[in-house]
Amino acid sequence: MDYLIRFVQIHETFRKPEVETLAVLADVDVEFLSYSEDSPYSIVRLKDAFAARNLISRSISSKGIYELWGVGATYEELHANILNRSSSQWATYQSCSFRFQFDTFSGSRTLAEQRAIIESFKYLGFNGPIKLKSPDQTFTVFEEYEYGNPNGPLRVFLGRFVGGSQRHILNEYTLKKREYIDTTSMDSELALLTANLTLAAPDKVFYDPFVGTGSFPIACSHFGARTLGSDIDGRMVRGREGKDIRANFRQYGLLDRYLDGFISDLTHSPLRKGRWLDGIIGDPPYGVREGLKVLGTKDGSGKEAVYINGEAAHLQDKYIPPKKAYSFEAMLVDLLDLAVELLVDEGRLSLWMPTANDEDVELGIPSHPCLQLVSVCVQTFNKWSRRLLTYKRIPDSRFTDCLLARQKVEMKGSTANDLNSFRKRYFEGFKAPLTGEPFGEPAGGKS
Amino acid sequence: MKVLTVNFLTCAVKACKTSPLSFPLHFQDAELEQSDIEYNPSFLRNILPRVDWEALKVTANELGFTTVPAEKPNPAPTPTNPDTNPTETIKESPEAQPADDKVMRDLHTLLLETEVREGKMVCGNCGHEYKIKEGIANFLLPSHLV
Repeated sequence: MDYLIRFVQIHETFRKPEVETLAVLADVDVEFLSYSEDSPYSIVRLKDAFAARNLISRSISSKGIYELWGVGATYEELHANILNRSSSQWATYQSCSFRFQFDTFSGSRTLAEQRAIIESFKYLGFNGPIKLKSPDQTFTVFEEYEYGNPNGPLRVFLGRFVGGSQRHILNEYTLKKREYIDTTSMDSELALLTANLTLAAPDKVFYDPFVGTGSFPIACSHFGARTLGSDIDGRMVRGREGKDIRANFRQYGLLDRYLDGFISDLTHSPLRKGRWLDGIIGDPPYGVREGLKVLGTKDGSGKEAVYINGEAAHLQDKYIPPKKAYSFEAMLVDLLDLAVELLVDEGRLSLWMPTANDEDVELGIPSHPCLQLVSVCVQTFNKWSRRLLTYKRIPDSRFTDCLLARQKVEMKGSTANDLNSFRKRYFEGFKAPLTGEPFGEPAGGKS
Repeated sequence: MKVLTVNFLTCAVKACKTSPLSFPLHFQDAELEQSDIEYNPSFLRNILPRVDWEALKVTANELGFTTVPAEKPNPAPTPTNPDTNPTETIKESPEAQPADDKVMRDLHTLLLETEVREGKMVCGNCGHEYKIKEGIANFLLPSHLV
């Protein structure tokens, strides 16, 4: 059976990977028959309506899924297709209550036009009562127009509503209403998408090594996972004046799923080696708003413990361990290594990293022989963009030389700018010579 | 810091990672707090295979819990959903069930509901102390241990 997924036209590159990942979670086979980043309508083939409902119920990138009754470039084609495709179904819905809805993309119809089009489906023979509020069945007419050409739709569809998505929770999870946030808190829609792509699900254990105010653990726990978080910045983990990560979990009624937060550095992680994590999500500091620091001293000094009045300085309450600047690329390598050590087979790692639109500074996608890249999603800003990379842990049994020695990124220089090409370029406003027009930006924009 | 979390933590000093003495970390001056968390046997079933049982016994003993079984319990598998797998029937032995349930509930209390609010965790290899304040442990190292 064919179904129509009604996507939202935002974060387009996340949509297909999200549905493919949800298919893994729901254990259904999904085949995309038509999909375009420019269209909110995609046709997929699924076993039945039960599979369709299961597939989309957790989706953030779509509004709902519909049983496809017909498709065409014109209404004549649509009616012919409906007769061909779904006439065997008409009788089933003859006496139930129903309503018709309109969904137009890049175009509009007056109410009178909508009514006339809906009337043209009379031949379906529905005799049940029309109910605008919670009817038994909802039928939707979809019209897709070419952008900027309102003269007539490119494609029209008729679908029977099968199941809604998870988008209704976005209003609840918006950062605007969250108790504890910071300048780097991840947008809740993207955090929930990330949780879906990482296969967050009930009874799994997830970890965020750059927890900040807890955006990702909250999103994962919304989907049932138990979550752990850590940060090198103790102020973030502790919070202030009762505003902390726990307060956020409490706000959403998820406190039972928050395991712990602790203060630690990725390069000196206290996590016990072993395959005990189901998922890792990280949005490492890019070194712009937050300095990218790890434990250590810039010049390698401080190798002796310091004693004040016979007491070890590092055991005092006010002691602050020295930190040094670190390279973003090296941080990514460390994160991948950690994921390989801790993830269960097929467990996923999702990490956010910047990538400037300008090829000069494009950071390569880090790789590890034990991690398979599952998807690359892009969020574009005005002058730069960032990627969400998702990997899955390849089982050792399918891989023999997993313990291949890894090449560490060599560190050159010690200042934040030396170590982070992205930070340097960010503060220079990405104004180096551009090789052609930046993708997706109108000509004549500031460069 | 929950007892479950402690089972997944070791000394942050790189040189200690290879020493068996660095795990589990040993509690000193631990102040405990009990919280109320909904009992979820399916989470326990998932997490138990990943728990290091010998280390848990050491931790529990240090915190004054003496009821941890000597051997890791083998919880009953999740009942098969008859809708998805009609050929398999649910096998449950009615005698074993209550005892199993009691053990699992005690483990739930120990692993998830028991938290160390204040205190120290000490590495058995290098002796470094990690402080716990208001339930949050600090694993940042001074420069001479980095």
